[in-house]
Amino acid sequence: MMASNYNAKEEDGHQPAAIGHGGAGTVKNKKPDNTAFKQQRLPAWQPILTAGTVLPAFFVIGLIFIPIGIGLFVTSNNIKELEVTSQLIVPCYNCSQSYSWNSTKPCTCSVPFSLDQPFESNVFMYYGLSNFYQNHRRYVKSRDDSQLNGDKASLKSPSKECEPYRTSDEKPIAPCGAIANSLFNDTLELYYIDPNGSRTAIPLVKKGIAWWTDKHVKFRNPGGNDNLTVVFQGTSKPVNWRKSVYELDPSDPDNNGFINEDFIVWMRTAALPTFRKLYRIIHKKPNMTPTLPLGRYILEVTYNYPVRSFEGRKRMILSTISWMGGKNPFLGIAYITVGSVCFFLGIVLLIIHHKYGNRNHSADIRS
Amino acid sequence: MDFSVLRNLISRYCAGEEYWVDSRTVYIGHKEPPPAAEAYIPQRYPDNRIVSSKYTLWNFIPKNLFEQFRRIANFYFLLIFLVQLIIDTPTSPVTSGLPLFFVITVTAIKQGYEDWLRHKADCSINECPVDMVQQGTVVRTQSSKLRVGDVVMVREDETFPCDLILLSSSRGDGTCYVTTTSLDGESSHKTYYAVPDTMAFKTEQEVDSLHATIECEQPQPDLYKFVGRINIYKEREDPIARPLGAENLLLRGATLKNTGHIYAVAIYTGMDTKMALNYQSKSQKRSAVEKSMNAFLIVYLCILISKAVINTVLKYAWQWSADHDEPWYNHRTEIDRERHVVIRAFTDFLAFMVLFNYIIPVSMYVTVEMQKFLGSYFIVWDKDMYDEELGVGAQVNTSDLNEELGQVEYVFTDKTGTLTENNMEFIECCVDGHVYIPHAICNGQILSAASSIDMIDSSPGGYRREHEDLFFRALCLCHTVQVKEEETVDSIKRGIHLGKPTSFYISSSPDEVALVEGMKRLGYTYLRLKDSHMEILNKDDEIERFELLHVLNFDSVRRRMSVIVKSSSGEYLLFCKGADTSIFPRVVSGKVEQVRARVEQNAVEGLRTLCVAYRSLSPAEYEEACHQLSDAKLALKDREQRLAQAYDLIERDFTLLGATAVEDRLQEKAADTIESLQKAGMKVWVLTGDKMETAAATCYASKLFRRSTQILELTKKRTEEQSLHDVLFDLSRTVLRQRSLSGLSVECQDYGLIIDGATLSAVLKPSPESSGSGNYREIFLEISRNCSAVLCCRMAPLQKAQIVKLIKASKEHPITLAIGDGANDVSMILEAHVGIGIMGKEGRQAARNSDYAIPKFKHLKKMLLVHGHFYYIRIAELVQYFFYKNVCFIFPQFLYQFFCGFSQQPLYDTAYLTLYNISFTSLPILLYSLIEKHISIEMLKRDPTLYRDVAKNALLRWPVFLYWTCLGLFNACIFFFGAYFLFDNTTFTSNGQLMTTNTQMMFGNWTFGTLVFTVLVFTVTLKLALDTHHWTWINHFVVWGSLLFYVIFSLLWGGIIWPFLNYQRMYYVFMQMLSSGPAWLGIILLITISLLPDVVKKVLCRTLWPTATERAQRVRADGVHEGSVSPATGPDPSPVAGGGGSESDMLCPARTCEGERGGEGVRAARTYDSMMSHNPNHLLSQPLDHAPSDGH
Repeated sequence: MMASNYNAKEEDGHQPAAIGHGGAGTVKNKKPDNTAFKQQRLPAWQPILTAGTVLPAFFVIGLIFIPIGIGLFVTSNNIKELEVTSQLIVPCYNCSQSYSWNSTKPCTCSVPFSLDQPFESNVFMYYGLSNFYQNHRRYVKSRDDSQLNGDKASLKSPSKECEPYRTSDEKPIAPCGAIANSLFNDTLELYYIDPNGSRTAIPLVKKGIAWWTDKHVKFRNPGGNDNLTVVFQGTSKPVNWRKSVYELDPSDPDNNGFINEDFIVWMRTAALPTFRKLYRIIHKKPNMTPTLPLGRYILEVTYNYPVRSFEGRKRMILSTISWMGGKNPFLGIAYITVGSVCFFLGIVLLIIHHKYGNRNHSADIRS
Repeated sequence: MDFSVLRNLISRYCAGEEYWVDSRTVYIGHKEPPPAAEAYIPQRYPDNRIVSSKYTLWNFIPKNLFEQFRRIANFYFLLIFLVQLIIDTPTSPVTSGLPLFFVITVTAIKQGYEDWLRHKADCSINECPVDMVQQGTVVRTQSSKLRVGDVVMVREDETFPCDLILLSSSRGDGTCYVTTTSLDGESSHKTYYAVPDTMAFKTEQEVDSLHATIECEQPQPDLYKFVGRINIYKEREDPIARPLGAENLLLRGATLKNTGHIYAVAIYTGMDTKMALNYQSKSQKRSAVEKSMNAFLIVYLCILISKAVINTVLKYAWQWSADHDEPWYNHRTEIDRERHVVIRAFTDFLAFMVLFNYIIPVSMYVTVEMQKFLGSYFIVWDKDMYDEELGVGAQVNTSDLNEELGQVEYVFTDKTGTLTENNMEFIECCVDGHVYIPHAICNGQILSAASSIDMIDSSPGGYRREHEDLFFRALCLCHTVQVKEEETVDSIKRGIHLGKPTSFYISSSPDEVALVEGMKRLGYTYLRLKDSHMEILNKDDEIERFELLHVLNFDSVRRRMSVIVKSSSGEYLLFCKGADTSIFPRVVSGKVEQVRARVEQNAVEGLRTLCVAYRSLSPAEYEEACHQLSDAKLALKDREQRLAQAYDLIERDFTLLGATAVEDRLQEKAADTIESLQKAGMKVWVLTGDKMETAAATCYASKLFRRSTQILELTKKRTEEQSLHDVLFDLSRTVLRQRSLSGLSVECQDYGLIIDGATLSAVLKPSPESSGSGNYREIFLEISRNCSAVLCCRMAPLQKAQIVKLIKASKEHPITLAIGDGANDVSMILEAHVGIGIMGKEGRQAARNSDYAIPKFKHLKKMLLVHGHFYYIRIAELVQYFFYKNVCFIFPQFLYQFFCGFSQQPLYDTAYLTLYNISFTSLPILLYSLIEKHISIEMLKRDPTLYRDVAKNALLRWPVFLYWTCLGLFNACIFFFGAYFLFDNTTFTSNGQLMTTNTQMMFGNWTFGTLVFTVLVFTVTLKLALDTHHWTWINHFVVWGSLLFYVIFSLLWGGIIWPFLNYQRMYYVFMQMLSSGPAWLGIILLITISLLPDVVKKVLCRTLWPTATERAQRVRADGVHEGSVSPATGPDPSPVAGGGGSESDMLCPARTCEGERGGEGVRAARTYDSMMSHNPNHLLSQPLDHAPSDGH
């Protein structure tokens, strides 16, 4: 503001200089250029939102959104989902009641449930937590990404953000921070109860549950995957963990240490306090039998993870997916609603347009 | 002579210290005066360096930073930044540091560049070579080395290096010619006079031998005032004191013309020069939009603080249970735990402030500034406002007020030179009631000088003859016109003989030129001023010489000027010409009645009249007058006042000779412009120093008053009959009755008010004895509010400003605009919200002091109706949109706090927080605010009523602001809860492996934020796209380009592990989101829902309650052109007086009159003529019928 003002005055003031040097010859032709831009006459498309022009758009939106919404709704309804809330079942309730950090003997409980429809394609098994604030600021930032990326310097001296889960017993914690410290460590197992009463363990695949990029780029073990025990020498395990990071999956070096997929999944903090995370995948069987036939099942829970102190809830969800993801009635309903509203508005506008549209032309004279 | 020295000394010692403050003594050539006179006190003055730059290389950074942080917005963001640095805040200091750094850097670079330009300009001026006289020789030196007291030589066409007192010139008569184009824009050559005692000096040696001191006042910015005294010491003689005035002072920046060289002594140098003193910037005007902007800001600041408070309170309420505060998975650090709860709460409050601080848009200030600065170029570039004749276009002196041009409610216009062309044409003169009319050019044939005088009475008596001669001589002598001597004297004579006018006479007053030219056409030709003798070529081709003794200059208080001459026969004569009111009271003889009748009649017809009188002085009287004048001129203090007293004593006992009438044509399209402005809802007031009748006639001609207008008079004449009180109440009753009736009657009575200066000051005067003084003001305002047009005549310059101030302070606080061309309009131009200067004939003072300058009055139409309208809608949208988009931006963060335990967790990534206002959403709105045209230029010009749609800050009123804010809140809720429902109860998931489809995994909080942010950026940009009515290729480029930029940036930002970041939370988040079908569907859905209400509102409003603008847009859209567009436009704007001038020349014979008895015929003929020349609609018949009846 000031500057331009001052500038304008200066031009005025310095005119004498120009005159002093160039003499009278400096009086140049100051006629403005006759360009479209400078005269504000650039060719332009000038749309106006009138009832007439908006009408078709509304109908089109309505006509597109309603079918999409119906499609989404149907697809969503076809997705089979089953939610098992373990705590409501007495044995697990007991486990949660009797939970103590120091107990060496894990408490196990089994939750029976039944499917009244077979799950045909790949089935995804989730665990869900509620009232767990993974999005709390203190929690979200409590991690060291460069440590998780295999940086050896960060391994030995983790970022300050990890406080108070940065060091234990004077040794740096690997992986440091509140997120890693609170890794979900219940073990869930699924058994099918044959009609004859025998239990068949359902194979749960634990690989392929994390983002590919996370597993292969963002998360790295320091010094590659060989001999993690040596690499993590001199670090301490997170205080709430029962075993060290290099013992997460000793059987599979590709799923051990920082690149353990359960760990990676947990490290992606959830957006809302009630969330679910992918736990296992039940692959479709090659023959025509359904992945999970209808019948009775038992969920075996090794209860390690306390939620009662913050009034949390644990769930286990089994779900199939479709092209549009998981079960998602909201999107379908929203599409149908918006489509209908647009269609309705279109009709209203049509009426208004016919009733008042012509009046406007005559109304010019009135003003 | 002893006496004068004594007087000097006494005055010096009596004056005491004050004397030294008020004046300075300059020793010419740095020579000590004779010891007897006074002590040599070397004084220190600044050198002649001009420093217009603000910074040096060393102080640039601290000084510039200091200046920038003095601005409240910058300071606010600095505070936020510091808070972020100090406490543990949710967002990194980069998020506010980077935008702040960006803003500060851009501004600093701009200011630095400007300052560099100033340095360069300063340098070139300061290094400019100057010829200095030292020890009798000319030495070349640099301009900056010049000191007070140095004697310099300036050659023709050189610019004066500092303020100088002219000692001698190469012209024999001690004069020199100067143009001050660069100072005040007057291109005419002005004459300056050397000190009489030194004007004989011809060589450097002679000049060097001069022994003198100059006493003068300390530097003052007034270009036209100077008082001083030169004391010349000669060998063993007492010093001679001579007065110095503005006519001796050559100003820095002016250029020497038509003079070989001059010697002069420097008295003010460097920053003391009048030119430098005039740099000082005026008080800054603030536009209404800026005020609304600040009001909105305060609202948002309140919102911000309340948000932070609410969240802090809720946070602690929620954290009451320890499980919420510190669940086992999320412990505090020890240090944090030990902190006192109050400190923690305060830190939390600050953290929330930081988190939400983006609701106060930092970039709005930069964008607004850029918009104003760049946008003002459209005014400069406008070729419609370029005047071929003058070779200038519109000028923008301040870009702060662009949008105010669209808000004007009151237009105060000067008459002469603004409404009229100030191109004077001599119409007639009357001597003792006998009318003389020249007709130099008839039917393209130039009549010889002898036959070009038309006497109405062909039998002049002796007395008559004598008066006639005196009259013509008076007009030839009583003026300050110069003859421009480009050719030799011979050719001038020939030129004048040939009757080619214009190019030869130059004067600062066009009236005088017109008069002298008129005299030439009547046979008396003013030849030149030579050796203080004025030469006149009379009717019989004889040269008469009069010695010019004194000129009593014109001033606006006396409203007259006089000269004292000595004729060749040794007679002393005082000739005076001036306004009738200032002459008649001083007349003792002459045919006053006849002349007065003629003057009034001419005034009614809109002609400018001057009366001419003379007084013959006896030698004794002359001596006395001479004495009075020189006394007054010598005075150092109160010189003005003493001169005025002297003039008053001398100018009396006149014999009236006659009167002249000069016509001032209406400016091209003046009437059309005024009509448009009135239709646009503006009230046009004419403020003039002219007579009531003349001014009223101009008002009729310019359609300010119409035939149907009922004129209300508030003049001295009326207040003499009735008390002011009664008149005011009478008028207000009339006006109010009409108002109460107008509800019933369809036809609204149109009122026009005429008020004169004397009455106005009575109205405004706060008289202690009457309790109703404040009331008068109110009543006057009430009356004027109900009048469609107001004419204020007989206004002093300061009164003009008073009126503007009065209206400005009235309870509606309307936006005022003042337009004028002369120095007398400067005060009102500075006072009004928007001051517009016309680059007219009366110099450029008005243009220099104005905010905008235009070549002609007619350009005001485009300036206001088109540019003003555009700027207003542009900036209004800019401001509202900025607040809107930041509500959309920040409110989801606020909502998110409810779902993250009030932990100040930001919803968006740092990069998004930082770049949202800087790059993702900044360019489209900037471009919109530069080139949006919601309606075509032609339409705006054709239908001035469209201006009413934006009047009174229509687009920035609180309801509109509320609508935008609510829209923002609604959109924010849609973004947030849309994303919430997608995430919450359903499995909004993605295929984690981009190429294969065998897994499905969850999104985290950063994806949530990115989803909201993506919807946000698209919605906000598309909302602007919906508001854009003018899609040029640039708009397409910028709107779609910025969306594309967002996508590309996000891909890049998430596509690499950035080594300089200590977190990788955005890694592949955006890509993963895009790989999910529901994300796409969700984004499309949310954008649609967000935009839907606005579209519906727009369409419904447009269909059901369309504004005039929207109707006009429709008309364009439907392809209807011409006619029936606006009934208000009325009949086709007349083919305005373009050819008026030539037409009247052709009609010239009609003016030649048969005789004195044909007085009425003359009038009729001229009336016809003037009707043809400037009033095609024949409305001028109105004043003829109307005004005289008013006069009684």
